[in-house]
Amino acid sequence: MLAGLPIYQVTTLPIYNLEITMQLLFFLALAAVAIAGALGVVLSKKPVYSALSLLVNFAVVAVLFITLQAQFVAVVQIIVYAGAIVVLFLFVIMLIGGDLTGVGNRTRMRNVASIVAVVAGVLLLAGLGYAVIAGQMASASGSTPGQGSVQAIAEALFTDYLLPFELTAVLLLVAMIGAVVLARKPEESRNG
Amino acid sequence: MSQIPTEYYLILSAAIFVIGALGVLVRRNVLIIFMCVEMMLNAVNLSLIALALQFGQLTGQVVVFFVMAVAAAEVAVGLAIVMAYVRHRDTLNIDEINLLQG
Repeated sequence: MLAGLPIYQVTTLPIYNLEITMQLLFFLALAAVAIAGALGVVLSKKPVYSALSLLVNFAVVAVLFITLQAQFVAVVQIIVYAGAIVVLFLFVIMLIGGDLTGVGNRTRMRNVASIVAVVAGVLLLAGLGYAVIAGQMASASGSTPGQGSVQAIAEALFTDYLLPFELTAVLLLVAMIGAVVLARKPEESRNG
Repeated sequence: MSQIPTEYYLILSAAIFVIGALGVLVRRNVLIIFMCVEMMLNAVNLSLIALALQFGQLTGQVVVFFVMAVAAAEVAVGLAIVMAYVRHRDTLNIDEINLLQG
């Protein structure tokens, strides 16, 4: 298969025997688009641009799910996240007009919070980088060919996870009722 | 079978999660904060799927299925709350949403 042939092999890296394949380039391209979408959500001036960047991020993550042999979850991601949640956000933005712009006023507490967030994020990424360098985690081991298919997930969902499945149905019903009640206009009190 | 090491996916998931956390802390608009929370949930989903492939079990994918259902319910109710508040107070600034004095 063409995807598995290495383009060239770098053997002089002292840390990690890096092998540039088509799969790795594809993954890097997807990762770059995903991070660009994530940065677009945070840094956009208008909420509509943020919602569209969020849509790009969700779509790229769905493609990453397919590369991880999770086909059913990828399609559910497109349908639920990209097709329902982002559409809900766009509806609400256009109904109430999200017209606040800018990244935020530079109050002192907001500066401290952002610095703490950046430090925590750097620590998290450094911890994962150490795990890469030390070689603790192996590559993806053997998995059955039909692992992420609809049949496999259905078998697990209706036998081992039947109780959470039913509870999720009740949760969705409660959420629907709650959303309808919250979105009603307040009624005037009546005499008599 | 994926030949990409699992930790690449974990690093990407951590990066998206950190960017979402930064967005929650820095932005003022309630809708954008909500979008960043959904992005953080999505990053954790990516991490779960990558680890499900590495350990060869289907548990990660089923958990992601439930996380997506809960996230959809949360978005519906959360946006209803935001709309009710905007109808009441007519502001989207998180600094001005302080009826509970918190």
